[in-house]
Amino acid sequence: MVKVFERAGFPIVHVCNLIPVSTTVGANRMVPTISIPYPLGDPNTPKEEQWKLRYHRVGVAIDALATPVEEQTVFKVKI
Amino acid sequence: MTKKVIYYVNQFFGGIGGEDTADFEPEIREGQVGPATAAASQLEDAEITHTIICGDNFMGSNTEEALDRIAKMLEDKEFDLLIAGPAFQAGRYGVACGNVCKMVQDRFGKPTVTSINVESPGVEMFKKDIIIVEGANAAAKMRKDLKNLIKVANKMLKGEQLQCAVDGYFPRGKRAELWLEDTRENTAAYRGVQMLIKKIKGEDYQTELIIPKKDVVPIADPVKLDEAVIALVTTGGIVPVDNPDRIQSASATRWGRYDISGVDSLPNRAAEGYKTIHAGFDPAAADADPNVIMPVDAMRAYEKEGKYARLHNYFYSTVGTGTTESEAARMASEIIPYLEEDGVNAIILTST
Repeated sequence: MVKVFERAGFPIVHVCNLIPVSTTVGANRMVPTISIPYPLGDPNTPKEEQWKLRYHRVGVAIDALATPVEEQTVFKVKI
Repeated sequence: MTKKVIYYVNQFFGGIGGEDTADFEPEIREGQVGPATAAASQLEDAEITHTIICGDNFMGSNTEEALDRIAKMLEDKEFDLLIAGPAFQAGRYGVACGNVCKMVQDRFGKPTVTSINVESPGVEMFKKDIIIVEGANAAAKMRKDLKNLIKVANKMLKGEQLQCAVDGYFPRGKRAELWLEDTRENTAAYRGVQMLIKKIKGEDYQTELIIPKKDVVPIADPVKLDEAVIALVTTGGIVPVDNPDRIQSASATRWGRYDISGVDSLPNRAAEGYKTIHAGFDPAAADADPNVIMPVDAMRAYEKEGKYARLHNYFYSTVGTGTTESEAARMASEIIPYLEEDGVNAIILTST
């Protein structure tokens, strides 16, 4: 899906847990998540912590869309 | 009972002539012409009843008409299989073989097989839809390519299961299920550990999941955030609680488009809002808070802060587990017009 969208000209960021799979398939902009069942917020942590993590990683994803890249790039996250 | 086979060749292999006769209009002849003669002697318990000949240019320039005319020729014929080629590295002939095979499969529901070299665009265009045996790059290899092609044809006629790794055709992105004998050596755990041991020892091993070669997409130019209209897409199966589009929990072929105008955060399952139908993981976390997969809340927060122009007021969802690449590609193509209509110029796609 990512490739079809990108081929149509949309900059796209793949936010996912299995970065090696995403890399193999051919995504160009990637942001890692923390797990498969809860990519952007661990239910075992307080709500505020989940929000902080999600807010941060989604912010990285938005910035990724505005960042020129020369090759497949995994954007770094801090939380 | 002897099965019936129809054969397709171009003007050159049909003995009509070379490039000067490439406009030759489709014709059906009884019996075997060109490579069909040699093929007939290799077929087991099947006969080639007819050969269709069509010029490559005629097929290339009038594809719809050529296919319609060939379809008409086949309407009153009984047959069990269509064989086309081998086309080697030929561009037009390879595409023609692909077109004819696909048409016969689609309109007549009959199996087809051809042989094309990887360099012909016919392979990339049709390998997902039809069985294309990997062919050589020159007609001098006719004997070998024909042998490989007919070997697969014989298996198809007998209804035997094909495997691309064994039968030498291009993977179609479809999974085949095999029943293995119920022994310890056949368990996935045992096979996996054996592979791992070989890998650690630096020995050769054969993966059971061959990842197709990378099909690289040119990197799209970045968007300016103050002009960014961002759409959210997920393969994590987030849908309204009643799953109105009946998206499948695995091997999905359907997708949904859901209105999030004025929604600051996706309500959860308990609030009759959204849930996940993805069968590949424990849904508890996403049912309790669908924003962990489809982060509408964070996107809205950034929208309010003015980090980017605006969020597209729909999100798109399907299920990524067991879904073939070709289905996923089709679904994405179907979504694109909706994005274009609203001036979307960037996408965030979340996967589980």
